[in-house]
Amino acid sequence: MTYFTFPNAPPLPEAEKLRGEVRAFLAEELRNVPAHVRAASWSGFDAQFSRRMGERGWIGMTWPKQYGGHERSSLERYVVLEEMLAVGAPVAAHWIADRQSGPLLLRFGTEEQRQNVLPKIAAGELFCCIGMSEPDSGSDLAAVRTRAEPVDGGFRVNGTKLWTTYGHRAHYMLLFCRTSGGPADRHKGTSQLLVDLTLPGITIRPIADLSGAKHFNEVVFENVFVPGSALIGEEGNGWHQVTSELAYERSGPERFLSSFVLFAELIRVLQRNPSDHATIAVGRLISHFVVLRQLSRGVAWLLQNGENPALEAAVVKDLGALVEQEIPDVVRSLVEIDPDSEQTRELARTLHYIVQAAPSFSLRGGTREILRGIIARGLGLR
Amino acid sequence: MSAGHWPMPAEEVMRLPYRSETAALLSESATRLFGAVNDGELRKAELGGWSETSWREVAEAGFPLAFVSEAGGGFGVAPAEAIELVRIAGYHAAPVPLAEAMLANRLLTEAGFAPVDRPATIAPVTGCTAFSLQREGAGWRIRGRAVGVPWARHAGTIVALADHDGSPFVVALNRTIAELEQRASLAGVPSDALTIDALLSNDDVRPAPTRWNCETLRAAGAALRVAEMAGALERVLELTVTYANERVQFGKPIGKQQAVQQSLAVLAGQVAACGGAAAIAGAAFDGLDIPSIAAAKARAGEAVSVAAPIAHQVHGAIGFTEEHRLHFFTRRLWAWRDEFGSERHWSAILGGQALAAGAEGLWPFVTAFGAPQEAR
Repeated sequence: MTYFTFPNAPPLPEAEKLRGEVRAFLAEELRNVPAHVRAASWSGFDAQFSRRMGERGWIGMTWPKQYGGHERSSLERYVVLEEMLAVGAPVAAHWIADRQSGPLLLRFGTEEQRQNVLPKIAAGELFCCIGMSEPDSGSDLAAVRTRAEPVDGGFRVNGTKLWTTYGHRAHYMLLFCRTSGGPADRHKGTSQLLVDLTLPGITIRPIADLSGAKHFNEVVFENVFVPGSALIGEEGNGWHQVTSELAYERSGPERFLSSFVLFAELIRVLQRNPSDHATIAVGRLISHFVVLRQLSRGVAWLLQNGENPALEAAVVKDLGALVEQEIPDVVRSLVEIDPDSEQTRELARTLHYIVQAAPSFSLRGGTREILRGIIARGLGLR
Repeated sequence: MSAGHWPMPAEEVMRLPYRSETAALLSESATRLFGAVNDGELRKAELGGWSETSWREVAEAGFPLAFVSEAGGGFGVAPAEAIELVRIAGYHAAPVPLAEAMLANRLLTEAGFAPVDRPATIAPVTGCTAFSLQREGAGWRIRGRAVGVPWARHAGTIVALADHDGSPFVVALNRTIAELEQRASLAGVPSDALTIDALLSNDDVRPAPTRWNCETLRAAGAALRVAEMAGALERVLELTVTYANERVQFGKPIGKQQAVQQSLAVLAGQVAACGGAAAIAGAAFDGLDIPSIAAAKARAGEAVSVAAPIAHQVHGAIGFTEEHRLHFFTRRLWAWRDEFGSERHWSAILGGQALAAGAEGLWPFVTAFGAPQEAR
């Protein structure tokens, strides 16, 4: 009995050529950026950087050329993603649009939406945010309360979205909301709207995270009129659409590389005189990264073949978050951090960032418990 | 894009271009063959015994030659696909030295010997100083001792690497020339000590092909153990899910309890990781790519350490009995994670290389795994 399928993604010589180009670009871009800043990785927002990515054709890589895409393979896109993450490039501005909003519009959006939005996303000029979580609807997405009442010419939207990453810097939200029925109807009566965040009646308030950093927001909709042309796909088909969006959200290498910059800093400190214990601990982490990458590239290959790897993506994300969250403690167990020492100062600052960011690694994009529930369903237990 | 139903329907799996037809046929026949072995035969192996019927069927199917080139009598299946046989043997806890015989025949034929039909195993499985060769008269004298040699007492041929003046040689030994001390692995299967002091003719000794030495032999064995571990862990998951769906407590199957579901999800994740490790090991086997095999064996061993306790926890007391078949798999897994190098052994090698790559070289070191024409 096979519960899941992780194919062997074939090595691609053209992807390796691309890797060289990306590395050269990043070496130049990040020359003077210290590790503790790069540690933010895909939480780091830099609109100019995203525009330069767009100029090189590294956003919307797999999309059709007619929508500004580049018709390259999922594995080539994978190479760009993992190279960005491994060194902590500030990719947050375009990340969500490239990963899930664009693919969602390609699959379900109207021709007008595709033509208006996709080329600008691919150019690194238009940024999107996710409109899923709410105050009373986190893991239980079907409890969505934000309502879009059908009115003449469109919808009137009322409700609140929460934990909206970079909502304050995004141009559009892909809003998951209820267009008919009530919470008791669960999956039925939900829809998705492509909402221009400059519309009147939208208030965006930043929420500081535990470290004081402001990247996520509360987004309040008060009688916001959204034109009917903003409807994505079919009215009432929101649940099916949003779950396919989640498969994109969970499938990438950002689900195991969040602490890689810290790992590299650990190597910098250890390499002069590593103990046996340290060498073994480092080797163990390498074995995890090598296997996670094997599985994650398999997911990219399934996507390339038009499969829906929702279960496999949940497995990789669950395994990946464990490693991401373990790395700060591996660092602490191997190095005596002295904030005064030149040798460990940057490691300490990077460690402090990751320690505080780590709780989010098993929350964002689906909590650990939700992912394990998906896996349990895949095993036939639910 | 197809709708998300799991497990993936067979016709969709077939559509994905992952394996050749010959490999699929081999896998099918191995599944049939090993699937028919009853628990009585498995118990016998755990008491050090031998299942001649099982071996005869394996030999007749030609499995021991699966790593041998077509010219040498093999099937001409890529080693990365032939290793699937070993995974299937692991899935069924097959009571025969299939991995050992496949490796022994590979080593024999690469060195220019003919392959053997009878059970074969390899030595040494650890260390580099086990056997030495000296010229004596018109032939050779081999001396030395190797421990933990799998299935040695039942093997007709022991294929050994021995050192002569700092160079490795492949030696085809008749098992009867060794003084054999019967020992058991953690799983109870034969894992014997061999003491050898014997004269060999020139026909029994060949210089080892360049890439074979005790370190690459250990890596090759490790790659095969990873494949067996992946198979056995899949079986452990299957047994545990089945049990959780059948065992009723508090008025419902225990698999309906969220706490149990979450544990089983963790178990499944480790099975996936071990499967990924097996894919890496399979691809690395032919080139004896040590870093890849090191990563695979280290990760597979850790997967066992997380997964086996969950399987036992879910099975409760019945899974802790001799009568229940769970231990055919968990005890082998515990033995295999140590054989041909433990997590500690392979992590140390891998860690040393990562540290040598340095902070800037760390990521390129990771991406070299699985890259085309890797230059290591």
